[in-house]
Amino acid sequence: MTVMLEATGIDKTFTLHLQGGVAIDVLKGAALTVRAGECLALTGPSGAGKSTLMRALDGNYRIDAGHILVRHEGRMVDLAQVPPRTVLEIRRQTLGYVSQFLRVVPRVSALEIVTEAAMLRGAEAEAARQAAAALLARLNIPPRLQSLPPATFSGGEQQRVNLARGFVAGHPILLLDEPTASLDPVNTGLVVELIHEAKRRGAAIVGIFHDAAVRDAVADATLDVLPYQEAA
Amino acid sequence: MMDADALLAARGLCLRFGAVAALDQVDADLWPGEVLAIVGESGSGKTTLLNVLSGRLHPDSGSVLVRDPTGAVQDLHRMEAPALRALHRSDWGFVHQNPRDALRMRVSAGGNVGERLMAQGNRHYGDIRSTAMDWLRQVEIEPGRIDDLPTTFSGGMLQRLQIARTLVTHPRLVFMDEPTGGLDVSVQARLLDLIRTLVARLGIAVVLVTHDIAVARLLAGRIMVMQRGQVVETGLTDQVLDDPRHAYTQLLVSSVLSA
Repeated sequence: MTVMLEATGIDKTFTLHLQGGVAIDVLKGAALTVRAGECLALTGPSGAGKSTLMRALDGNYRIDAGHILVRHEGRMVDLAQVPPRTVLEIRRQTLGYVSQFLRVVPRVSALEIVTEAAMLRGAEAEAARQAAAALLARLNIPPRLQSLPPATFSGGEQQRVNLARGFVAGHPILLLDEPTASLDPVNTGLVVELIHEAKRRGAAIVGIFHDAAVRDAVADATLDVLPYQEAA
Repeated sequence: MMDADALLAARGLCLRFGAVAALDQVDADLWPGEVLAIVGESGSGKTTLLNVLSGRLHPDSGSVLVRDPTGAVQDLHRMEAPALRALHRSDWGFVHQNPRDALRMRVSAGGNVGERLMAQGNRHYGDIRSTAMDWLRQVEIEPGRIDDLPTTFSGGMLQRLQIARTLVTHPRLVFMDEPTGGLDVSVQARLLDLIRTLVARLGIAVVLVTHDIAVARLLAGRIMVMQRGQVVETGLTDQVLDDPRHAYTQLLVSSVLSA
């Protein structure tokens, strides 16, 4: 199958200038490959750098060395080398990221948040709205909640809005950071279904899943991310 | 010199006020439809940069190239005054922190919006009035207030009126100087949402000066962090705010109180 995402030699050190310039090495030579229709689960102890690696793959954390090759519109592009505008374009079209928390915008309803995500990738307004409403309903966010801004929603409801936003546009590559963290068993099952569907349409997925049952259900391979000292 | 599809390219901008370097070798680029935030504390040079990029101030050295509506590249600070005024009248807009600096307080709300259309050469009264009405609606001001004087408006309404006046000519580039500064938090949220929606829908490029990094995160795709006249860090807004590299950016980000 086609390689969708290939990271090699990733180093990441945080330098904390406000703490006397202490340097914290998190990643050294991290590497991974994900193909179309495949899900790679990052495993390893808490604090080892799984989320740092995910954020690097999204272009959110800037890496000190290495390459992040992403198949964007038919060719491999190095996310670590392209200008900021291109990173935004890659995120719009190719690379979807579901974080653990929803960053809410005042006054914007759950339905609009998800509709906007679909439209960003080029869906026409009415089709986007219908897809958004259907996916929210499937994730047990009923119409009466969809029209409200999610600021007052519970943690689980916010996370499901977040998931709908991440899955609605059909990005070819998806990064999932603890997608089921605050969900009950029923909704967790729905997320597993969504991941299977994404894989069937050829999406390449990298995920952090604390829930071992979820991981076993969706992952085709695992990558152990080790704390820096052990890896070196 | 200038990227083929860029709207604006500044290189090596320097400007001193006496002993103070307000701008020290500043570069900036802007592409159509993107929002660029300039953040920093008071005195960092961010407003000076906005004024130089918009042609309101001349730099001591360095240049700002801009693309005019015909697609031709112009050296902003060498343009003839009438050409620069023409650019500001329609293709560009400027949103001031204090709406009273932009609005004519003795002219009706509708007149304030319609004035920019008339300056463009529009003479049909009925068209101007209906366009002004439509824009009042878009910025959530009761169309029934069209004949009221701005002196009867609240601070939030004045700012929304200024935005309607600015956007009515469909500018490609809008400069904003602390557009939500000095407003109550609830009024600020409404205004931010309005700006965010209008900018995205109309595909306007924006250079936004703010000291509030939450505003930058909400509105801007790219960000420049300024300190003592220099750009100390620049990149995608989420990169710079989530993974700040420069000591000053780390200080700015860590100083924000979260509610």
